[in-house]
Amino acid sequence: MIELEGLTKRYDEKLAVNNLTFTVRPGVVTGFLGPNGAGKSTTMRMVLGLDHPTSGDVRIDGKRYDQIEDPLRYIGALLDAKAVHGGRSAFNHLLCLAQSNGIPAARVHEVLDTVGLTGVARKKAKGFSLGMGQRLGIAAALLGDPRILMFDEPVNGLDPEGIHWIRTLMKSLAAQGRTVFVSSHLMSEMALTADHLVVIGQGRLLADTSMADFIAKNSRSYVRVRSPQRERLLDVLHEAGITVVETGGGALEVDGGKAEPIGELAARHQIVLHELSLQQASLEEAFMRLTAQSVEYHAHSEAPGGTWAQPVPRGEWGADWKKGA
Amino acid sequence: MAMAHVIRSEWTKIRSVASTVWTLSAALVVTVALGMLISALTRREFDSMSPRDRLTLDPTFISFAGMSLGQLAMIVFGVLVVSNEYSTGMIRTSLAAVPRRATFLFGKITVATALALVVGMATSFLAFFLGQAVLGPHGARLGDPGVLRAVVGGGLYMTLIAMFSMGIAAMLRSPMLSLGVLMPFFFLISNILGNVSATKKIGRFLPDQAGSRILQVVPGAADDTPYGPWGGLGIMVLWVAAALIGGYALLKQRDA
Ligand SMILES: Nc1ncnc2c1ncn2[C@@H]1O[C@H](COP(=O)(O)OP(=O)(O)OP(=O)(O)O)[C@@H](O)[C@H]1O
Ligand SMILES: [Mg+2]
Repeated sequence: MIELEGLTKRYDEKLAVNNLTFTVRPGVVTGFLGPNGAGKSTTMRMVLGLDHPTSGDVRIDGKRYDQIEDPLRYIGALLDAKAVHGGRSAFNHLLCLAQSNGIPAARVHEVLDTVGLTGVARKKAKGFSLGMGQRLGIAAALLGDPRILMFDEPVNGLDPEGIHWIRTLMKSLAAQGRTVFVSSHLMSEMALTADHLVVIGQGRLLADTSMADFIAKNSRSYVRVRSPQRERLLDVLHEAGITVVETGGGALEVDGGKAEPIGELAARHQIVLHELSLQQASLEEAFMRLTAQSVEYHAHSEAPGGTWAQPVPRGEWGADWKKGA
Repeated sequence: MAMAHVIRSEWTKIRSVASTVWTLSAALVVTVALGMLISALTRREFDSMSPRDRLTLDPTFISFAGMSLGQLAMIVFGVLVVSNEYSTGMIRTSLAAVPRRATFLFGKITVATALALVVGMATSFLAFFLGQAVLGPHGARLGDPGVLRAVVGGGLYMTLIAMFSMGIAAMLRSPMLSLGVLMPFFFLISNILGNVSATKKIGRFLPDQAGSRILQVVPGAADDTPYGPWGGLGIMVLWVAAALIGGYALLKQRDA
């Protein structure tokens, strides 16, 4: 379990992480989502005690990171796959990490095998491709067989097979009861892996919710209708008390999840339909709507009264950052 | 035991990068070879020397003449051992594995220092014996008064130079910046300060000048140095301690 309590990090002028409070629980994959520069990596560096918080606190099962004896056996992390001495072989890289935490050398062979790098174990890391480097970083995270795992954008640079492999790996780690905390800027990616979701923007917490809740609240479904007899259709729908949104290209959108009543209504009035389809607003759109709030906040704080900043329609998530302001 | 683990780990690190081998072998080869060359030149010129020069001839010190250049390789070794962590980004991986920064830094410095000591001693003894062999009849013997102290001191001097560089690199992090400060410092500034009479009194308290006092067996005629061989080495140790404490203080408070 990772607990953040009012965690804040300021670099000179830049407030990179702003008063974050949330908990990462065991047994599930927790997705950590935010656009570029949101503060995900900074937060993860503070979890590992690499960066000192300006204020606030982060605890791992109640302990500060530097109070943990042999931390690699407790929490494994992949922050930056390039954080490797390129002149050292993959084997020696893992061996020096293992030795520093009293992990037997046999385990190095095991994790090399798990990530599929056994064949290049004696090769220098600087010759590795992006994906191989990523696998080496994952091997280092798995080295101590830790209860908590933290990955910063692990699918970066991986091919589809590698991405699939990571997804399966993370799910199986969580299924074993471990805590899995993984960052991404892709909502679609998280929708496939994460059970819980923490969204930040501009260093602030925007959402802390289960994936299922997020999908339920944010997946607006609607029916798109297209007809050459558009005006008649509008009248008929209006008479039936159905709210319609007119969109570009002559299509109509009807909120709600059922296409059948609309089709039957049109048939009864002998209206020709060219399209009748159920549409789902993507989670990516929901995520962008959510994080747009933090962009709005940013623009206003820097240019008060700036008229160029389009006010973004504020959904229920907007309340989160307002509360903390 | 955490420190023992870290020392094993740092040993794996240091032996698995190429720079360790080439910096340390350069330190040895350059020091010994240049010492032999200067010894050979001295032997050739001995007959044309003035009687006073012959009297103050310090064969031990002459065989160490290569150290002024060889120490630069020791500086590169000390700098790279520490700053490699930063230039490669490895520091974050390392500190995640060993979050107690004192344990990390002093574990690393212990291993690098032990290695520098072995190579430094080998260099010093080799430079002495080969230098004396070249000097032939004018050479000194290990049993002569003060000679063993100078030869052991030579090994310690090389080690302390490497340690000082580790401290500076821990403060500055970047290998280029560290070398850019240390190289001119030891090669130019120290020499200039030590040779201009106005600044000589300050110059001789610099780490290399104070530390190299122990390499001399026969002090020069006009020697008015306010410290002896061990005193000089003591001054150098103070410099090294200051550099390492500074390096640790910065590592502790900085973000990695
Ligand atoms: N060492 C640093 N010094 C100064 N500013 C920093 C430092 N590290 C991060 N920042 C700033 O803090 C903010 C958050 O950066 P961070 O890397 O944590 O974001 P992120 O969410 O990981 O972004 P990305 O998705 O691009 O990886 C950024 O504006 C960044 O410029
Ligand atoms: Mg990042």
